[in-house]
Amino acid sequence: MQTVKKFLSSLWQALFGDTMRAFGVVSAALLIALAIAPAKDHFSEWHGYQGRYLSLIRDRGDAISLRRRVQPGIQQTWLPELGVVDRCTTCHQGLKESSLADVHTQPFRKHPAIPHSLDGFGCVTCHRGQGPATTVAEAHYSDRAGEDPILPARYIESGCGQCHQNALTGTPQLNLGRQMLARYGCVSCHSVKLPDGTTLTASDNPPSLEHIADKTTREWIFTWLKDPQAYAASATMPNYKLNDADASDISAFLMSSSTQHAGDTATLVTASAKNVDPTAGASLYGQSFCATCHAVQNAAGNLVGGDVGPELTRIGNKVKPEWLQAWIENPRTYDSKTLMPHYRFTPQQVAILADFLKNKSDSDYGANVHLNAATPLQIAHGRKLVAELGCAACHKMNGVSKPENFAPDLSRIGSKPLAQLIFLPGMEHSLPSYITRKIKQPRGFGPGLKMPQFTLTNAQTDALTTALMALTERSQSMPAKLRVAAVRESNYQPAGHAGKLMTELACFSCHRINGHGSDMAPDLTREGSSVQRQWLDDFLKNPNTLRPSLIRRMPRFNLSDSDRKELTDYIMVAYQSPDIDPDTAPSATNTPATVEHGRQLFYSKYACQSCHIADTKTDKGYIGPTLTQVGSRLTPAWIYAWMRNPQALRPGTMEPNQNLSDEDARALTAFLMTLKSSGKQETK
Amino acid sequence: MIRRSMAYAALLLMGVGTGCKQKSAPSPALKPTAIGAAITESSGGKQVGPTGTALKDPLVVQVNDEQGAAVAGALVDFHGPASVRFEPASVLTDSSGQATTAVVLGTISGRYQLSATTPGKAHAVTLQVAETALGYQQQLGSILADKYCNRCHNPESSAERVSNYDNLEVKPHPFTEGDTLNKISDADLMAIIQHGGPALSRSALMPPYANTLSSAEVQAIIAYVRVVSDPPYRPAGTVYEQK
Ligand code: HEC
Repeated sequence: MQTVKKFLSSLWQALFGDTMRAFGVVSAALLIALAIAPAKDHFSEWHGYQGRYLSLIRDRGDAISLRRRVQPGIQQTWLPELGVVDRCTTCHQGLKESSLADVHTQPFRKHPAIPHSLDGFGCVTCHRGQGPATTVAEAHYSDRAGEDPILPARYIESGCGQCHQNALTGTPQLNLGRQMLARYGCVSCHSVKLPDGTTLTASDNPPSLEHIADKTTREWIFTWLKDPQAYAASATMPNYKLNDADASDISAFLMSSSTQHAGDTATLVTASAKNVDPTAGASLYGQSFCATCHAVQNAAGNLVGGDVGPELTRIGNKVKPEWLQAWIENPRTYDSKTLMPHYRFTPQQVAILADFLKNKSDSDYGANVHLNAATPLQIAHGRKLVAELGCAACHKMNGVSKPENFAPDLSRIGSKPLAQLIFLPGMEHSLPSYITRKIKQPRGFGPGLKMPQFTLTNAQTDALTTALMALTERSQSMPAKLRVAAVRESNYQPAGHAGKLMTELACFSCHRINGHGSDMAPDLTREGSSVQRQWLDDFLKNPNTLRPSLIRRMPRFNLSDSDRKELTDYIMVAYQSPDIDPDTAPSATNTPATVEHGRQLFYSKYACQSCHIADTKTDKGYIGPTLTQVGSRLTPAWIYAWMRNPQALRPGTMEPNQNLSDEDARALTAFLMTLKSSGKQETK
Repeated sequence: MIRRSMAYAALLLMGVGTGCKQKSAPSPALKPTAIGAAITESSGGKQVGPTGTALKDPLVVQVNDEQGAAVAGALVDFHGPASVRFEPASVLTDSSGQATTAVVLGTISGRYQLSATTPGKAHAVTLQVAETALGYQQQLGSILADKYCNRCHNPESSAERVSNYDNLEVKPHPFTEGDTLNKISDADLMAIIQHGGPALSRSALMPPYANTLSSAEVQAIIAYVRVVSDPPYRPAGTVYEQK
């Protein structure tokens, strides 16, 4: 005790014994205290990076100008509107230096070219991570509550999707993911509300099951339920991993709840396909361009054909022959909303096609399935399962109504805090890894989960994850002026008898008119200004292809003369362009000199023959439509307007705008108008 | 000074360490049952994909013996820059002598030199494979080239699209043809794409795109042409004065 006291008093004496001494000690302590802050900076990580950056640029040719732009100390981008406080540029000093293109060491790389200024959006808006952090570990890798690790590069397109609800050319993965949310029916169970207040809707057209017993057998339903992809590799229906008893009970419920559809076979005039050429089915299938929408697996196992309608590889295993005939005769009787046209086949043709399709079957498929008649108990159990699994979220059916809010809302899934997620052992602790796993192995998270198993490639899963990661809090709270709205489908419907015909022929399954329909075939909104009446009438009678390189083609419908006339008149009148003035356009007849000048322009100055054929003897261009009969097909006013600016008439067309003068456009129009059909139709 | 650089070295190592964390864990001791003499590429080389994503097709290599017969059970190790991932990085060849791995590209755009190595009897034999990663701008360029240009510039036809190459009197070059395209400066590429063949006294079969594509879009196409060119494009660049 004594010694301690003695020591303390001698220490006091030594430090503060006299005024001078006390002053000196206090000043020294003050100095040290003052030096702590700069010293901390000096030994901090970011200071080290700034030093390395300086030595990196020291020996470069443009060192002086690079140096001048170096900002020492902590840098910060503050964008209150976006909730961005980013200090990333403290270390990432070279982000905006275009002369550093050859530098590959991080954190000094130049930012790759993107359409936005880095100052306008900050870093975390797209890359995530902790903007205000000043250490690498915290900024990039923190997965503590409320924090977010940096986003792996392969999901980076999700950043774009926060503002851009439209499909951008440069974001194929995001676009695919968004399409898939609709196409695979994700949004039938999960609600996704976009920042502009609209809700995503499914586009997969799942069939109604109200009359399923007319269409198929209980055995087929059972086999399908067990594994949809075993029936059709391209099926989008997911696998619910049902056991035999459950699949059997559901099939029993669906059969027992199905009601007979009055119209199904009523209109059917049955003819026999006997005594016809055995190749007739295949050629009618080909001529009707069924493959434009339906795929069939070929011998090599590859799918050939479109994906608008269901795959037909094993259609013979699925449908009842009477139903198939009735369907081909007029699909709209069974399903008034189907995308398939009413072809107006003759009874003979219906029989031939039905026969052809019936043979598309696989004798092994469902061969061992024998179901005993179902008891009421089993049917009731089937109904319970259907309600529990949410089947009615996609399919209309009798006795079970569409469930509301069946699955978790995904409108803000891209900002879900990590603390609310349950990770399986061995999983990377990040949101994209959680979402990816949920999509890939939904049942892996627990036995009782209902989300079914989809069959997706890794690229598809990544695309879906990207689309979901774009649904962030920031995208919801973003200033409205930054939002780019999606192009919404209009609900345009043509009127009158022609309108009814267009619905029956399912024109909108391929063509778009006034913002409604699909992109597979040309937009017809301006068709009336574009084509000549006689040509259109002939084309509807016998559509020959304009673009030899196209695989998808316009099918031929057996329209009556009066229906065809009605349709032609309607298109000619209703689909006019307000911008095309037939009065100021070049006339259809011109002096030989003008025509010759046009020909010169066509072949030499503009070299149109690189893409088009004007004369089958000399030209070979295979990209644009053949022009051998263009003078009988298009109006001079349209050709002239098209020459001046093709994109104005058809946005996005690949024909380059050659910025033609008025004089050149008139001469070319004059030449093209001389290319008339020779009376007899050229067959291709 | 020394202390400071040591601190930086440690930091650097940490950085590299975290960078490597992504690499797939070494496969639990594969036991090769055979040794090959030669390694060749079966498929999956020279692919192009966006940065940070898995290539569309797997990389498949073939291990043979001296007589050229397939060797099953030989060990193949795949290597590449730290940011590239192989799933898996070590594979035993299957009964037809093939080793297959999925490749996830790194996050920097450009060409990646990858290698596949098998022990071999006397010394290890190695195969070099190149893959290309596209950044945002280059990918945009690739999409635009596909829409507007490849019908003429790519002689290959696909099921969806018939090439127009054979129909052209003057043949354009595929965008991978570095021998020709590398010699054309960015400014000249810009000129011929924007103003057509005649801009460089060439054929008018090459149309002008100045009124169809924005200059940013043309720049994106050029960025794409530069990154896929084979042999690789080396910009003249600045010559730095050594102090
Ligand atoms: C109608 C066919 C066609 C289309 C479409 C086309 N080109 Fe060309 N292009 C040509 C032809 C033919 C040449 C060769 C001209 C010559 O050598 O005289 C050429 C030449 C070029 C050249 C000069 C190098 C070479 O290959 O000889 C570049 C660069 C080029 N095109 C870029 C493009 C780009 C970019 C696009 C798309 C935006 C495009 N082209 C679209 C036909 C086409």
